Amino acid sequence: MNILEIEGLCKYFGGLSAAAGVDLHVAEGEIVGLIGPNGAGKTTVFNLVSGALVPDSGSIRFKGIAIEGRKPHEIRRRGIARTFQAVKVFSNMSTLDNVLLGHLFGGAEQQAMTDSARRETEEILEFVGLKGMKETRARDLILANQKRLEVARALAARPHLLLLDEVMAGLTPTEVASSMDLVKKIRETGVTVFMIEHVMKAIMSICDRIVVLHHGEKIAEGTAQEIVQNRTVIEVYLGE
Amino acid sequence: MKKGHRSSILIIVALLLLVLLPAYISSSSYTIILISNILMYVVMAESWVIFSGPTGYISLAPAAFFGVGVYSSAILGEVLPLPVVILVGGIASFILAYLVGSATLRLKGMYFTMFTFGLVELIRNLVHWWEVNVTGTVGRLIASEDPLVVFYAMVVIFLAVLAVSWLIGRSKFGLALRGIGESEEAAAHSGVNVDRVKAVSFGVSAFFMGLTGATMCWRWSYIDPTTAFNMQYSFMPVLMAIFGGMGHLYGPVIGATIFALLEELLTTKFPYYYMLIFGLTMIVVIRFMSSGLEGVIEKWRKVGKGGAEGVAHDAGKR
Repeated sequence: MNILEIEGLCKYFGGLSAAAGVDLHVAEGEIVGLIGPNGAGKTTVFNLVSGALVPDSGSIRFKGIAIEGRKPHEIRRRGIARTFQAVKVFSNMSTLDNVLLGHLFGGAEQQAMTDSARRETEEILEFVGLKGMKETRARDLILANQKRLEVARALAARPHLLLLDEVMAGLTPTEVASSMDLVKKIRETGVTVFMIEHVMKAIMSICDRIVVLHHGEKIAEGTAQEIVQNRTVIEVYLGE
Repeated sequence: MKKGHRSSILIIVALLLLVLLPAYISSSSYTIILISNILMYVVMAESWVIFSGPTGYISLAPAAFFGVGVYSSAILGEVLPLPVVILVGGIASFILAYLVGSATLRLKGMYFTMFTFGLVELIRNLVHWWEVNVTGTVGRLIASEDPLVVFYAMVVIFLAVLAVSWLIGRSKFGLALRGIGESEEAAAHSGVNVDRVKAVSFGVSAFFMGLTGATMCWRWSYIDPTTAFNMQYSFMPVLMAIFGGMGHLYGPVIGATIFALLEELLTTKFPYYYMLIFGLTMIVVIRFMSSGLEGVIEKWRKVGKGGAEGVAHDAGKR
């Protein structure tokens, strides 16, 4: 079953088309990669799905229900969580409070601030590998850990679909490897993953399917094998 | 948290002294009026911090909400009992702030500040227009109340604003407010209904300003739009909150108290240099004490405990 279905999605900024009739879908339990050159419209697609932007036309259906044009918090409560390309952690709050906020507000049902909410929050921190840093102020974490914190905040309140916007950008090779493990671990818990990434090694090895965007249009779609052999993709993105 | 409890106890002891004080010096109504005046500024500053502290939206609208309180009191004072009148002033301000907030809290930074500045002028002129064209009066006469009644009403409002600030700081709602201040976008994508949280907290903050206006109205015998919607009630709470610091409950309290006393002292002793000394003090505080007096106090506390690792990350929980 498709958890996310996008049809004819368009978004224009002035005369520039950031998304020009994008059709794509993500099936439940999949890890789908979204790649393409800079300015291809990848983040715009995420912004449209997560409610940060309202599409000019086209439809976005999550579990069969149209969600285009809804407010970000409504979309989050329905079960789509996201991270940001440039990290947006709550800098002066503790890592625990960062995730607690997501836990309390991000679910379909509103949670009260109880000890069990705190415990569940701590479990999520442990899951992403931030155990023992719950009292640390988010701004004092290194970039790799800030990115993990964003993932933890997104995972709080158990979303069904996780949108990861370049979680591996700017990380060292070791950090990329452990980040890849984390993404696989997230899928194992039953969360569907839709990710934008420039780190080819990562995208090729963990994604079930890859969608390639160029100038706001989908130019290819398929498994890693199919993508690396696709003539158009090689021309515009991967290079010879 | 333990630290918080100790300072709360200190505050409560100070409060008890405050309530008992007039009983000993009842001969001097000057002192009672002075303390009421200080309490007015304390409540204005403390309630300003409820919304503007965590979110960082600098509102210059306090005078609008204060004035709405004053006018509610002036209009209804003759017909309703005092506590009800005061409450109506607060509720009217809450509703105004909630509606205005829902419509304009999309504005960010300087734009929001400019809007709130304009709001005071708008309402002042509206009331003026209404008086001239509808009621055919300018201003209103008020039957003044005993200064002691005003004083006790202010003590109750002061306790209420402290309690509400404390509760918000420890609640889920407070967490959302701080999240909005850190990154509004991230808060929205984490499930926070940012428009509503902002509008409600703007309303709560205005509620106490309305209560204050409705209470302080009684020390005048005559009010007009220029007195009720004086921009002083917008600027002073902001300056006092910055001066005292916004990370803890006691910040605005000491900021407003010292500021109000300073104002009293300077206007009586140095009437010609009053504004000059005032301005210089402000510059020094903003330049050298970025977290206000509170920052200095917290630093001393840390040094006293042998650890000077800067301001605690839970600052803002208040």
